[in-house]
Amino acid sequence: MPEIKVTPLGAGQDVGRSCILVSIGGKNIMLDCGMHMGYNDDRRFPDFSYITQNGRLTDFLDCLIISHFHLDHCGALPYMSEMVGYDGPIYMTHPTKAICPILLEDFRKITVDKKGETNFFTSQMIKDCMKKVIPLNLHQTVQVDDELEIKAYYAGHVLGAAMVHIKVGSESVVYTGDYNMTPDRHLGAAWIDKCRPDILISESTYATTIRDSKRCRERDFLKKVHESIERGGKVLIPVFALGRAQELCILLETFWERMNLKAPIYFSTGLTEKANHYYKLFITWTNQKIRKTFVQRNMFEFKHIKAFDRSYADNPGPMVVFATPGMLHAGQSLQIFKKWAGNEKNMVIMPGYCVQGTIGHKILNGQRKLEMEGRATLDVKLQVEYMSFSAHADAKGIMQLIRMAEPRNMVLVHGEAVKMEFLKGKIEQEFSIDCYMPANGETVTVTTNPSVPVDISLNLLKREMALGGPLPDPKKPHDQILKLVSSEQALKELGLNEHQLRFTCRVQLQDPHSDPDTLHRIYTHLKSVLKGYTIQHLPDGTVMVESIVIKVSSSAEDPNTKVLLLSWSYQDEDLGSFLSTLLKKGLPSGLC
Amino acid sequence: MKLYCLSGHPTLPCNVLKFKSTTIMLDCGLDTTSVLNFLPLPLVHSSRLSKLPGWVSKDGTVNLEKRELLDLSTIDVILISNYHCMMALPYITEHTGFTGTVYATEPTLQIGRLLMEELVNFMERVPKAQSATCWKNKEIQRMLPGPLKDAVDVWTWKRSYSMQEVNSALSKVQLVGYSQKVELFGAVQISPLSSGYSLGSSNWIIQSHHEKVSYVSGSSLLTTHPQPMDQSSLKNSDVLILTGLTQMPTANPDGMLGEFCSNLAMTIRAGGNVLVPCYSSGVIYDLLECLYQFIESASLGTTPFYFISPVANSSLEFSQIFAEWLCHNKQTKVYLPEPPFPHAELIQTNKLKHYPSIHGDFSSEFRQPCVVFTGHPSLRFGDVVHFMELWGKSSLNTIIFTEPDFSYLDALAPYQPLAMKCVYCPIDTRLNFHQVSKLLKEVQPLHVVCPEQYTQPPLTQAHRSDLMLELQPPPMPYRRCSVLNLPFRRRYERVYILPELANSLVPSEIKPGISVATVSAVLHSKDNKHTLQSVPKPPPVPPSKKRKRVIEEPPVVLAPKPLLSGAVPLEAFLATLQKHGITEVKVEETADGHILHLQAEDTLIQLEEDGTHIVCDNNEPLRTTLRDLVLRFLQKL
Repeated sequence: MPEIKVTPLGAGQDVGRSCILVSIGGKNIMLDCGMHMGYNDDRRFPDFSYITQNGRLTDFLDCLIISHFHLDHCGALPYMSEMVGYDGPIYMTHPTKAICPILLEDFRKITVDKKGETNFFTSQMIKDCMKKVIPLNLHQTVQVDDELEIKAYYAGHVLGAAMVHIKVGSESVVYTGDYNMTPDRHLGAAWIDKCRPDILISESTYATTIRDSKRCRERDFLKKVHESIERGGKVLIPVFALGRAQELCILLETFWERMNLKAPIYFSTGLTEKANHYYKLFITWTNQKIRKTFVQRNMFEFKHIKAFDRSYADNPGPMVVFATPGMLHAGQSLQIFKKWAGNEKNMVIMPGYCVQGTIGHKILNGQRKLEMEGRATLDVKLQVEYMSFSAHADAKGIMQLIRMAEPRNMVLVHGEAVKMEFLKGKIEQEFSIDCYMPANGETVTVTTNPSVPVDISLNLLKREMALGGPLPDPKKPHDQILKLVSSEQALKELGLNEHQLRFTCRVQLQDPHSDPDTLHRIYTHLKSVLKGYTIQHLPDGTVMVESIVIKVSSSAEDPNTKVLLLSWSYQDEDLGSFLSTLLKKGLPSGLC
Repeated sequence: MKLYCLSGHPTLPCNVLKFKSTTIMLDCGLDTTSVLNFLPLPLVHSSRLSKLPGWVSKDGTVNLEKRELLDLSTIDVILISNYHCMMALPYITEHTGFTGTVYATEPTLQIGRLLMEELVNFMERVPKAQSATCWKNKEIQRMLPGPLKDAVDVWTWKRSYSMQEVNSALSKVQLVGYSQKVELFGAVQISPLSSGYSLGSSNWIIQSHHEKVSYVSGSSLLTTHPQPMDQSSLKNSDVLILTGLTQMPTANPDGMLGEFCSNLAMTIRAGGNVLVPCYSSGVIYDLLECLYQFIESASLGTTPFYFISPVANSSLEFSQIFAEWLCHNKQTKVYLPEPPFPHAELIQTNKLKHYPSIHGDFSSEFRQPCVVFTGHPSLRFGDVVHFMELWGKSSLNTIIFTEPDFSYLDALAPYQPLAMKCVYCPIDTRLNFHQVSKLLKEVQPLHVVCPEQYTQPPLTQAHRSDLMLELQPPPMPYRRCSVLNLPFRRRYERVYILPELANSLVPSEIKPGISVATVSAVLHSKDNKHTLQSVPKPPPVPPSKKRKRVIEEPPVVLAPKPLLSGAVPLEAFLATLQKHGITEVKVEETADGHILHLQAEDTLIQLEEDGTHIVCDNNEPLRTTLRDLVLRFLQKL
């Protein structure tokens, strides 16, 4: 029996370092190639030696698919393709292809330039790696080779995020990447058709959350910003150039418009125009509302948000500043933070995860005294808030996706084990399908039961469909392709002559009636005995049981002795034999 | 399989394909050349036009290329290949009982909507004072002056549709991406392929497991802005329907573009204005890109360029957001991120300005000399009519025709006498005959179907045998209203054998490499998908206490008997009979074989090449013995 194997190298009962191996129909596919934000050592990247100890990955993988541009899904890409060695195709959507190298470069700068790590991928490696990328369009069926085809579906989550349907023959797997089943401020909801995959591999970040908590978080965020502004404070939001920044900008922009607020919002230089431009150019990937109105009003052309200049930081009065980088470890966001940290009226909102060792990480852990370069210490008096804005499907959304795709098996990844356990129980109960939650390096094997496609001769098919009955015995010559043809045609194609074996049996019967009457009596008798058979009384003086012919003639000597002739072919041997034995016993007297 | 051809216009096709119980309409182009029979619709009152005597008509009318050859309500799907070929959509989807789905790519839908919106806007903003329809009556039409007198099928000319009808028609569109496979009723699979002609333009593959039809419409191999044409997927077609070749087989688009630029520069330098009647999407993007590179070198930096159309802004904006549908160069720009088309920069630097119409801002900001891009290319409606009236009298000005759809002489007719210069640079990037024959050699379809126009040289250039399709076997030509039987024989269909049944099959090798197994199964057909399942076992008969004559239970057919083949050799058979104690055998030769008379048993055995017939008394043991003896000599499948 064919099998599909799923092995997470990362994101197995964990969030971060997404990397899942799938073996299906003799093909090996890697889904995502992410890094782990929580580690600085080898554990940062997936363990590619699981695939091969020595030698290039190209020989073992048929393709690599990246679901979206977040680093925990693509952060290990240059390492894998350029340092470990992989030259095969890498698939991702157009927006992911556009944005992914920028984030990788950011990541590289932090690690190499800031932390001074060596033996890390270079800018050139990022470029070389991106050259191997083949862009994917939504719903386009991409033929990776003759047998393996992939198709991307819209996943929401971030600009360009995709779910992917992988198919070999009649076996298939769907990998969701990260997805969101409810439209948000700038993106639409994930959608997939009823593709009935053998396995659905789903993220489960919010496996136990049921309500749509995103709206609440948004309200919370706006409230905090508003309060701070009202009391004359300054709000710093450290962000990365792309993704969350644009979403928060839309959020603030519409809020400012609605509340008619006057406090300035600034966007730190270097990223404003450029980052927003990606959103403008890939507007077809945003939600319906933005797409529909973009000619009249482009949501990514912000009226209230202006470019920041470093001198503005000392301006009196309230303001909101978006500044890079997002973890407060360097650059403009750190400079502004140093200036504002001493005032308790001010606030910093961290909208994303912070790596250990960064200032962002320290202040989130409640550290109030920070050691700076030299011997200086910085007292942190301003308010520190953390708010996650990542858009993931909640438990309800995951169930909804299962209902959409109707998978035969479920594999949960990208979540915490305890929460997965809960969701697993729920899925198994509601859908009666098997649900797995492999740890990293653990393999799930699912046996599939594909049906065998064969070509049937159209004549035979039409004949059988018209008949509406069971097939007799069509032939199936095996000649590379499987074909179903009628027996006559099969013999003809094989150059064999069919041999008809027929039997004719004489049965003597005492029945004092005229020949036609006897025949009719036989007809009635057989009708009553042989339920469910086709019995016909034909006008040419015969009775047909299926294809067995029965004729009656009187014996020359005695008109009451009838001679029945039963004739059947070998195909009806059982029935013919039965009939001859039956009729030999004579007809019951009670017949009319 | 049949093809109903509803349009005779080779570049605005409308064909209906009946294939495996589905009815598929391929494009629905709108031939608007009939508007040339009408007078222009001026935006401001024109004393000249209104003083013309006689048959003044303001009936904004278009010729719909279809006829009641078949019931439009039976159409299951409509496949659109590009935005120029969908302009008749509202006529087909509205008021005909159409209940199907329309398939198109996103750019085709969005830009198609813009072009329809523009058409409706052009018609509706100049409401006609009076409308005449009696002239459509055949009797009256005969009395009209030529060429109206000779126009054919004027009764099929219809009034322009409304925005409401456009919206309703477009709501039936289902978006598809290139190479997306869409199943129709489980019977047919359709898939759009990039055709390289315009944003989102596509050719279509219509196939089942064993048959493949390619529909090629408006394709281009030139490197302009759209994604390049996907040629390889057209391979192995049984039938290739070829439409939408270039209308200007002798005009080289690059040469025309050069001529366009030099004429434009010459006029501007002499202090004149340039009028470019064009559609609001398509070649205009290439013209603007060409001018972007040209204006600096030609020192036209200060000359204003105006693009006037109700959808000018939308068209320019939409062109920038379809990165997925653009050629590789433009995609790379988007990754930077920069707008793929340089007209964004022209707008930013105020070199190009766009206005919804000549009214409003334009009238106050307008500076001369200038270049104006505006529609409609027929010069019968739209803002272009105004510029003709305004600039026609001065020989300093130039009108440059770039769209190939209308004869420029006919278009200019109502404006004569005309002092302004006329330049004809038709730019048609669609395949020419040289390219198409190379393409067909490459993809090798078994049969080609094309409009009859492509099977002979153009009338005006009868000697140019290179301006026609020459193929072996010759293409099947069609004309308007023909119904073609496509040369197709469907012989096989796909069925799926369920694993349980597949496991029970026992193939036996008959010849080296050929194995045979008999299959008995129940055929399930649902949604045009066929599966073979094992024959369900009959439920065990409950032991009946009433009836004791168990013997009379008819036999349950378990497995059907194997099929027999081969022949029974006489000598060997006789020897075997003897071994089984049957010695008294009288052999009689017949035309086809032998008759064996087993005298002691009063049994006849007829031995023939392809059959054996045993005629005996009702002696079951004897019969079964004979049966088994015969079977020894035969091959069982």
